[in-house]
Amino acid sequence: MLAKRIIPCLDVKDGMTVKGVNFVNFREAGDAVELGKAYSDQGADELVYLDITASHEGRKTFVDLVRRVAANISIPFTVGGGINELKDVDRLLNAGADKVSINSAALRNPHLIEEISTHFGSQVCVVAIDAKLEDNGTWMCYLNGGRIPTDRDLFGWAKEAQDRGAGEILFTSMSHDGVKEGYANDALARLADSLNIPVIASGGAGKMEHFKDTFVVGKADAALAASVFHFGEIKIPELKQYLKEQHITVRI
Amino acid sequence: MDIVIIKYNAGNIYSVDYALKRLGVEAVVTADPELIRKADKVIFPGQGEAVTTMKYLRERHLDELICDLKQPVLGICLGLQLMCRFSEEGNTTCLGIFDTEVKKFMPERHEDKVPHMGWNTIYDCSSPLFKGIDSVNPYVYFVHSYYVPLNPYAITKTDYIVPFTSAIHKDNFYATQYHPEKSGKTGELILQNFLDL
Repeated sequence: MLAKRIIPCLDVKDGMTVKGVNFVNFREAGDAVELGKAYSDQGADELVYLDITASHEGRKTFVDLVRRVAANISIPFTVGGGINELKDVDRLLNAGADKVSINSAALRNPHLIEEISTHFGSQVCVVAIDAKLEDNGTWMCYLNGGRIPTDRDLFGWAKEAQDRGAGEILFTSMSHDGVKEGYANDALARLADSLNIPVIASGGAGKMEHFKDTFVVGKADAALAASVFHFGEIKIPELKQYLKEQHITVRI
Repeated sequence: MDIVIIKYNAGNIYSVDYALKRLGVEAVVTADPELIRKADKVIFPGQGEAVTTMKYLRERHLDELICDLKQPVLGICLGLQLMCRFSEEGNTTCLGIFDTEVKKFMPERHEDKVPHMGWNTIYDCSSPLFKGIDSVNPYVYFVHSYYVPLNPYAITKTDYIVPFTSAIHKDNFYATQYHPEKSGKTGELILQNFLDL
């Protein structure tokens, strides 16, 4: 049976990982390749590296990092951040990334999803969506790391992304991210019911139970987390053992 | 030992190269027929689409070359599919090393997502390629939309929607549907075992 995936996410700036709390206030957490290797050795199923550098110089550093990750790590990894056009994708895949994650660029230019999936296959194209539960009960998508609201709703956009050729949806709930009280399982379950591509849950992990809940209640195919792993609050071998005891299929 | 990775218009060839480097082996990534022919071991990796890839191989006469190889050959993912007789992907005639067809996964329930992507187990492992793997049903990494049905060439099987053949062997030809280069320690063992054949 296909295993539920545990995915540590590493936000990278100048080769070092940082983690934002509610998308601001960065704290430093360590060397990106070393950390990824450690997670891989502990049993992480995949890694996500997000480039949060804004400068051109930083982007080049990131491609070098992708090359080092590919050389050192024997599990699949996704890279994202600053991907605006096909040639960015080409550069990152050539450096050894298995998948790319596109976020704001896809909202601004949805055609980019088709371009990526046509050229490289839909399995390469992860569409990341940052959305927030608004006071009126709707889930709305945000641009630029959650800074700019849009008029697109989460479910409509996720469906459109799938129809345009996305291979996976990585949904981060801005309302849950950094709060450590669990994933946005209602919205996740609704996504799982309406889509036929895998959904990665992101934002809200604080305890091991949260992972179980997002697989069972949220029907997620994979769960992504950052700070609980970076700061050792949850250890991947213990998490997997716990999930196995909860009758969830995981790779041990 | 000369290891050659066949270079062609498929994605992710360098992942295999990196994986071999981690095992301390410097492979040559090439489409040069001479280098491929005289290598001790040949790896035929792949990620991509059957029609254009077969066309590419035929135009460069790599199709006949691969079929005639006598040293151990390891096909990976699309490499495995192209070593079969026929693929439903674009109804393509393939290399025909293995007399079996390649079929598209047909979802039966909403939960059956295609491509089959992620970590799944292999069972009935019957080949020196799996020597030293301590788990009976080890996890390996898959990304594919087409599969080889159960057949006598199977050296591992996997269940996804249907039971299917996840690795095949005949004479000097071996192939895995999964990606050993992305399958952590299990994958490293499979690659090492291939190098040790």
